[in-house]
Formats: sequence, structure tokens, C-alpha cells
Amino acid sequence: KEEGKITLTFNVDHGYLEGLVRGMKAGILTSTDYHNLAQCDTLEDMKLHLQSTDYGKLLSSSEEDLTVSLVDSKLRANLVTEFSCLRSNALPPLSTFLDYITYSYMIDNVVMLITGALKQRDVAELLPRCHPLGAFDQMAAVGIARTPTELYSAILVDTPLAPFFQDAVSESNLDEMEAEILRNKLYKAYIESFHSFCKNIGGVTADIMCPVLEFEADRRTFIITVNSFGTELSGADKSALYPSCGKLYPEGLRLLAKAEDHEQVKAVANCYPEYKLIFDDPEPGADFKTLEDRFFEQEVKLNMLAFLQQFHFGVFYSYVKLKEQESRNIVWIAECVTQRQKSKIHNYIPIFPGTH
Amino acid sequence: MLLECMMNGHAILYTGVTLAFWSTILIVGICYTIFDLGFRFDVAWFLTETSPFMWASLGIGLAISLSVVGAAWGIYITGSSIIGGGVKAPRIKTKNLVSIIFCEAVAIYGIIMAIVISNMAESFKGNTPETIGARNYQAGYSMFGAGLTVGFSNLFCGICVGIVGSGAALADAQNASLFVKILIVEIFGSAIGLFGVIVAILQTSKVKMGD
Repeated sequence: KEEGKITLTFNVDHGYLEGLVRGMKAGILTSTDYHNLAQCDTLEDMKLHLQSTDYGKLLSSSEEDLTVSLVDSKLRANLVTEFSCLRSNALPPLSTFLDYITYSYMIDNVVMLITGALKQRDVAELLPRCHPLGAFDQMAAVGIARTPTELYSAILVDTPLAPFFQDAVSESNLDEMEAEILRNKLYKAYIESFHSFCKNIGGVTADIMCPVLEFEADRRTFIITVNSFGTELSGADKSALYPSCGKLYPEGLRLLAKAEDHEQVKAVANCYPEYKLIFDDPEPGADFKTLEDRFFEQEVKLNMLAFLQQFHFGVFYSYVKLKEQESRNIVWIAECVTQRQKSKIHNYIPIFPGTH
Repeated sequence: MLLECMMNGHAILYTGVTLAFWSTILIVGICYTIFDLGFRFDVAWFLTETSPFMWASLGIGLAISLSVVGAAWGIYITGSSIIGGGVKAPRIKTKNLVSIIFCEAVAIYGIIMAIVISNMAESFKGNTPETIGARNYQAGYSMFGAGLTVGFSNLFCGICVGIVGSGAALADAQNASLFVKILIVEIFGSAIGLFGVIVAILQTSKVKMGD
């Protein structure tokens, strides 16, 4: 009944934006575009090919030298423009939903500023490297904090990240390790909050978003576990960082906290059919893919499902994530082109492979 | 306290109102039964004392208003999708106005039926159930029924065409060959409004008000 009511009244507030985001999704590069880009020999050729896509004159309008990092920053600026267009026209609860998407970038920005300050980098040098989607006031002041408590009470208490500080407040001094732990704790609180928000909206939004967020949570869990081999992070510490809104909760999390090497992690993953595929050894003859690549592939697969249904918010989240993946693909191809390493150029992840 | 823990403000309000409503009905019913006042709940008195004109007017009002609600609902659902999809794919703008026309047709059915029904209302001289006569009562009820029929069928037809039209606009923006296929679905949806009009005409065909 809830779903029926949402279907009937969704377009009052969000119909225009859904149509707009679906139009933007139609501009995502197809396999033909990737094929053309892979054939290029220089970045100038790539620029020419990108002119015929939805990107248009994006790369042509600058006078600076065309480098891979310029391409990356221009693509990111393009996504930020599109997102701002959506966010500025959004009404609640879509506005809250879009804000949730930006919080993960805010967390990354905060941790980057802290680690940059630890390395005695100048704030003015770090600010341009922050992700624009995660910008907030007082970003420049983040580097002053010495402990997470100070960070919270002095700077972040007025920002949207304040509710995520429940478990992250501690008195230990912020060093590299602590910054990473802070990042994971904030992210855990954030993703659990986002998951329950989507669940409360219910209907198709929950059907599409909850699996995506559960996958995201489990992916973080696996990455934390794999990265913690060899560090002095204990099982209890690791458990405090694992998000509990994923499919691994509670049994998988318990087992992973005790895992000591890659084999044990693989054994845990084998209990879950989706993750078994990711951790499986590739078939002989197939390209070797890193764990990260396989996670990206699975993420793309889940995000593509959002566009099969109408009248839900999942399309907005999926559009942002797929556009990011497209940027990563283009940058990968650009790197291969500039370094003349065409052997691995086809290791990008295709998005919407069936369209032409 | 348990209730407060479970629900938020809106849910408490709705549960409270529903509970109050049903308990009033229950208590009033029980009181009437206990005090042997059941005779006061007299359906026949209600039906014969109300004028057939009330039923006729209700029918006319429902015919046009529910049809307009259905048409408006359908138009805004389709219209917002056309506007959104038309930003990146401007070619869909003109073709998808057909969906809006299908929704509008629903409102036109409503107004035609309202005019047809209202033309059947004539004055009569009786003022007691015997002098009013069975034919006038039948006329009143038929007009009310016809209005209800055409109103509700147009309401749901409009919503249906609207949702399908929204899907047609967004699909057309992605792939131009899909529009005609989805239009066929819309035509079937539009037919159900027509069914309502036909049945309503049949309901009012025997109506003859007057002396």
C-alpha cells in the first residue's frame, strides 16, 4: 500500500528531476565510445572523441596543457555541476537523500585534510584536492585539531557530519593510524544511518538502495580486514569498524574479526554466494583482476538495476556512482594512452554493456 | 508508553482518530440496541425522505469532479516526466503530448456525462413519498449511480494513462522506437474510461423525471 501511494504521488515533487537524471544517464559512454577512446594514440585524439559524446566541449575550453590529471579534474567538475543542478532543485525527502550521498565525500575530505596537516602540508595546497561534492564550511580549520574530540567539538559539531561522531569520539592523538580509524568509524555510522533512512522511505527505493548499501558495507568490511593484516589492529578493534547493515552481519563479521590471513577471509566469503564469486580464483585464460576491480564490477552491476524501475530515488545514487566509474574508466584509458601501454587498456569496467 | 516507542507522531494521530471513530460507532450502536431504540436507524425513512434531486445533483457533481481529478492526476504525472526527459532529449516533447491528450479525453468524458445527466433533471410536484412516485425515485438513484460510475472509472483511467504516459516519455527519451509500443498500452488504458461512459449512458437511458 505504501508503494502504491509513493507511485501515485512521486511525480509531484520529483518527476522533473527523475526525468532529468534519466536524460543524463542516457549520455553515459557506451561500448562504442570506449572502443573509439581505446583506439586513440594521444590525449588530443581522446579530446576529439569526447567532443562527440555528452561531454561536448568540456575538455576543449581550457588553455592549460592537456594532462591526465586535468582530464580527471574536469570530469569531476562536470559531475559536480550536474549534481548541484539536481540538488538545488530537490525537495525533501530527495534533498535529504542527495545530502546523504555527499556525506561520504565529506568524510574523505576531513581525513585527507587531517593527514595532510600531519605531514605539515599547507591548507591552501590541500583545499583544491578536496572533493567538491564534500565541501562544507570550516573545512580549512580541520587541520588544527589534535584529537577526534577536539575535531568534533570545535569544528564538526555544526556540520552534517556531527551525528556520525557517536562512536568516533576519543582522546587519542590524531596520527596516520588514528585518522584511518576515524575514517572507518565515521563511515560505519554514516552507512548505517543511510541504510535505515532508505529503509524508512520503503517501497522501491528501499528495494534498490538497501542491497547497494549492504554491498558497500560488506565491501568496506572486507577491505578493512585485508588491509589490517600485519598491523596491530586487534579483533575487537576491527569489529568496532565493521558496518552492521550488510549481509555479513552478524556471523560473517564475527568470523572476519578473527581472520588472520587471506585464506580465512576467502573461507568466510565462500559462505555468501555473491562474495564467493568475487573472491574466487579466475578461470585459466581470463584476465587477472584485482580485488578492487571485482568489487567495482559488482557495484556497477547493482547500480545498473536502479534504472529498471520508475518512481524511486535509487536512480540518483546510481547515476552518481556510475558517472564516477565512467571517470575512472576514462582516466584509466588516458593513462594507458599517455604511457603507451595499450595491453591493459581494455581493463575498464563497461557500464550498460547492452546499449548502443 | 509502548505505543510511543513504536510509532512517530503521524502514526499516533491516525491510530487515535481511527480508534475514536470506530469506538463511537460501536458505543452508539450498543446503546441503541440496549435501550431498544433500534427503530431509529431507519434506512427506508432516509431513502424516501431525501429528495431525488439530492441524488441527481450528487451524481452530476461526482461525474465531473472525479473525472477532473483523474485527468489532472494523469496530466501532472505524465507532464513532469515529459519536462524532465525533454531537457536532454528535446525530440520527445511534441510526440508525448499524445499522452496528455489521452488524459484530457477522460475529463471530456466526465463533462459530457455531467451535461447529459443534468439535462434529465426535471421538476415534479409531489412532496410525500406517495405523491413523488417510484419513477422519480428511480430517476434520482439512476443519475447518482451513473455519476458514480463515470466518475470512478474516469478517475482510475486517468491515473492509469498518466503512469503509463510517464513511462512512455522516459522510455522514448532513451530509445525512440519504444514510444509506439507503449502507446498501445496507453490506448488499452484509455478504453476503460470509455467503458464507464457507456455503462453510465445505459444507466440513464430509462430516466424520466416529472409528473
